[in-house]
Amino acid sequence: MPPTAFSEAELRGNSTNTHADGPTTIKSKGDMSQKKCISSWEEYPLERGEYSENPCPDCPPFTAFLGQINYYIMITISLFAEFLRDLGFFKIACAVERPEQRSFPKLGTWFEKAFVNNIYRMATDVVNRPIAGVPSAIMRLKDRVSHDYNWTYQFTGTETDVINMGSYNYLGFSHNDGPCAEYAASLIDKHGVATCSTPKHRISNNLQNRLEKEIASFLGVEEAICFPMGFGTNSMNISALVNKGCLILSDELNHASLVLGMRLSKADVVIFKHNDAVDLEKKLRNAFIRGFHKNQKHYSKILIVVEGIYSMEGTITNLPAMIEVKKKYNAYLFLDEAHSIGAIGPNGRGVVDYWGCNPRDIDILMGTLTKSFAAAGGYIGGSRALIEYLRRNSAGTCYGVVMAPPVIGQVSASLRMLQGHDGTKIGKEKITHLLRNTRYFRKRLLQLGFLIYGHEDSPVVPLMVFYISRVVCFGREALKRGIGVVSVGYPAAPLTKARTRFCISADHTKEQLDQALEIIDEVGDVTGTKYGKNPYKPGTIIEY
Amino acid sequence: MPFFNMISCEEAVLYSYGFATIASAIPAYAKRGDVIFADKGVNFAIQKGLQASRSRIEWFEHNDVEDLERLLEIQAEKDRKNPKIAAKTRRFMVVEGLYTKTADLCPLPQLMALKWKYKVRIFIDESYSFGVVGKTGRGVTEHFGVDVIDVDMIMASLENSIASTGGFCVGRSYIVGHQRLSGLGYCFSASLPPLLATAASEALRIMKEEPERFTRLRANAKSFHLGLKRALEGTHFQVQGSELSPMQHVIYEHPDPKVVDHKLDMLVDELYNRSILITRSRYLDKEEAFPPAQSDKVMTNSEMSEEEVVIALSEIQQAAQKVDATLDE
Repeated sequence: MPPTAFSEAELRGNSTNTHADGPTTIKSKGDMSQKKCISSWEEYPLERGEYSENPCPDCPPFTAFLGQINYYIMITISLFAEFLRDLGFFKIACAVERPEQRSFPKLGTWFEKAFVNNIYRMATDVVNRPIAGVPSAIMRLKDRVSHDYNWTYQFTGTETDVINMGSYNYLGFSHNDGPCAEYAASLIDKHGVATCSTPKHRISNNLQNRLEKEIASFLGVEEAICFPMGFGTNSMNISALVNKGCLILSDELNHASLVLGMRLSKADVVIFKHNDAVDLEKKLRNAFIRGFHKNQKHYSKILIVVEGIYSMEGTITNLPAMIEVKKKYNAYLFLDEAHSIGAIGPNGRGVVDYWGCNPRDIDILMGTLTKSFAAAGGYIGGSRALIEYLRRNSAGTCYGVVMAPPVIGQVSASLRMLQGHDGTKIGKEKITHLLRNTRYFRKRLLQLGFLIYGHEDSPVVPLMVFYISRVVCFGREALKRGIGVVSVGYPAAPLTKARTRFCISADHTKEQLDQALEIIDEVGDVTGTKYGKNPYKPGTIIEY
Repeated sequence: MPFFNMISCEEAVLYSYGFATIASAIPAYAKRGDVIFADKGVNFAIQKGLQASRSRIEWFEHNDVEDLERLLEIQAEKDRKNPKIAAKTRRFMVVEGLYTKTADLCPLPQLMALKWKYKVRIFIDESYSFGVVGKTGRGVTEHFGVDVIDVDMIMASLENSIASTGGFCVGRSYIVGHQRLSGLGYCFSASLPPLLATAASEALRIMKEEPERFTRLRANAKSFHLGLKRALEGTHFQVQGSELSPMQHVIYEHPDPKVVDHKLDMLVDELYNRSILITRSRYLDKEEAFPPAQSDKVMTNSEMSEEEVVIALSEIQQAAQKVDATLDE
C-alpha cells in the first residue's frame, strides 16, 4: 500500500495527540484546535495520497434495481410518444426530412430518433450551455429559456455568474489576461493566426519545434511531437504505430479517440478490466496464444493502451503494475495523459510523476494541451527513434496542419510558469492548490454522504446519481443555486450509471469550494442523491 | 456561427481540426450495412472517414460519371431483388469540390442528377473549394448554380483559404443536427479555441465585404494555369489542374518513378535557390487507398501582384528547362 498523506487516525477525526499506551480516544470538535493547521501552501505535503483498491464503489442494489425500472419506463414512454408523433397526434417540432427526399432511406434508426426527441431533448437545458466569457473559476452563462419544452431556446438577455465546476481548468490557466495570454497575443503579430500548411510541405514552424523540445524536457523523454487536436493525435497516430498482425490490449474505459485509433489501425484488440493488471496479464497471454493458432504466426507487436486519469471515473491508472506487465512480456505501453498531465504529481508531470516512475519506461507518452495548459492540441513524447518515425509516417504531419502560433504561445508560457522557469513560484503554488482543493473537496463530499468515484488525488470527481432523470434535475438545481456542473448521461456513461462530474481547479478558493459544497449538499437533499456512507465520525472537521 | 448564413443553410457544426471534421462526419451517418460511392481521388481524411464508417465502399474512377452510374445501376439491381433490405440501406456519395490530388473540380450537376435518380445522399468535401471557387467564394454549388439545399452536407476545413484552424459541416438541420450526438470528433473532443473561431468569423466577414478578392484570385489562377502551360512547354514537366484552381500540380513525364521523384525534388530545390517556394505533394503512399501521382504543388493567391506572377512564371520556366536538361547520373 502506498504511504498516505493523512493517517487513518486523522481521518477518523481523532487528535494526533494519541495516548501511546492505549487505543486512540475519540475527541470532540473542540480538541481539533490542538492540531497544527497547514496554512501556508508551501508546507502542504505533496506526497501521493491514498490509492484505494476499490475507487468505484458498487451501486446500492435497490438503487440499481430502481434505476433500471426508471430507464425502462422512460424508454417505453418515449417510444410511445414517438409512435404517436409519427401518426400525427403531436406536432413535430424537430427538424425532419424535406418532402423531396422522403423516399430516401432514413438517416438514423427509429430508436435513436425516439431517444433524441424525447429523452435527450428533456435534458438539453443542462448541456451545451452558451458561455459569455472566459470559463475560469467563475464563468458567465448566457441565460436561456424554452417555451416549448426544450425544442427551441431563446436568450433572456441576462447573464449569470456561476462557480465553474465543469471546465478542465485544472491549473487555472484559463484566463484572458496575464502573462500567458499576453505572450500568445504577441505571437499573432509576429507569426500570424495560422500557418495554412502541413509540417511536411516544407513549413517547419520554429515555434512548434521549440515547443516540442520544451515538452520533451518537461516530460523527461528524448523528443516530442505536437498536433493541433488531442482527439486527432490518438486517432491518427495509433495506426502509424501498429497495424494488422499486431495485438492491442485496451482498458475497458478508454476514451473514444483511442478506440477509434485502434479500430483504424486494423490490429486485433482485446479489452481488459478497468485498471486491473492481473486481468491484463491473463488476457495478454490468452490472446497471444489464440493469435498464434489463428494466424499461424506470432503477433509482431503488443501494445498496451491505458489512460492516466479516466475522465468519467476519476481513477488514476495503476502505472507501476502496468509497467511490470509490459516489461515481463516485452510489450509497448501507450499512456494517454489527457487529464493527468499538469494535474497530478508533485511537479505536475502527470501520472508518471505521481507514481515516481521513470518516463523512459513508457514507450509512448501521449497527452493533451487542452486541459491543464488551457490551449488546444495534443503531443506524443518518447524516444528519438519513435518521434522521427512518427514525423515521417504519421497522418498528422502529412495531412494535418501545423499548430496555430497563438496556441503554441499559450502552451509555451503556461509550461514555463508551471516549471518555474519564469522565475516565480506560481507553478508550484498552482500544483499545490489543486491537490489541496481536490483532497478537501473529495473528503467533504464523502462526509456529506455522496457516492463518489475515483482516487483521492484525482481532480476529476464523479458524483454518482444513477438515474438519468435525477442527473438532469441535479444539473438544473445546481445552476439555479449558482454552480455549473457537468451532467453525464448516455452515451458518455452507461445508461444506468449517470453521474454529475466536478472538475477541481487550482483557481478555486476555499470559499468557493465551501459555497459549492453547501449548494451540492442542498441539491443532494432535494434530488435524493446521497447514496454514499459518511466514513467520518459526526462532528469531524475536514481540514483544508 | 455565420457559416450557415454564408452558405444559406440551416445549421452548421464546428470542429477544432480539419482532418477530424471529415473523418468524423462520414461515420456519424454511414454505418455497417450502408453503401458509400466514393471517388478514387478523394483525400486521406475522407478515406479514414470511410474506413471508420465500416460501410461497403464502392470506388468509382476519378470524375468518371459513367463509371459511377454503372456502380449505381448494379446497386439498384441488388435493391430491386431485395426491397426490404434496400429500404434500410442508406446510400451516400462522397466527392470533393476541388480535389487536392488533381486540382480539378467535380462534375456537380451530373452528380446531382444521379442523386435524384438513384436516391443517394451526396456529401461534398469543400476543403479546397470553399473560399476559392464561385463568384463570391461560396464553393462549387455557387459555381455550378446548384441549389445548396439539394446537397445533403458540405464539409470543409478552415485551414486553407479561411486561414484558421478547424473545420465545419453545413446543411439542413435534419442532417447536421445528427452530428451533435454521433460525430466522435465533435462529442468527445474539445471545442475550437475562441481566438481561432473569431479569426474564422472575421475571415467570413471579409469574404462577404470584399468580393473583389475572388475576382483577383480567379484572374491569378487563370494566368498561372495558362502561364505554367506555356512555361513548361518543351520540357517533360506538365501542369495538371483546372484553370479555376489556385493550386496547380506539376508532374514529370517519365516511365521510371525514381527519375520522376528526383526531377521533382530538383525543381523544388532549383526554384528555392531562385527565391520561389513551391513544394512536393506529400502522401503516405503505403496508407493511401490508391497511390497518387507524384507531383509538385504550385499555389497562388489573390494578393499576388501581376509582376510577381510574371516573375514566378519566368523563374519556373528557366528552372524547369534547367532541371529537364540535366542528365541523370
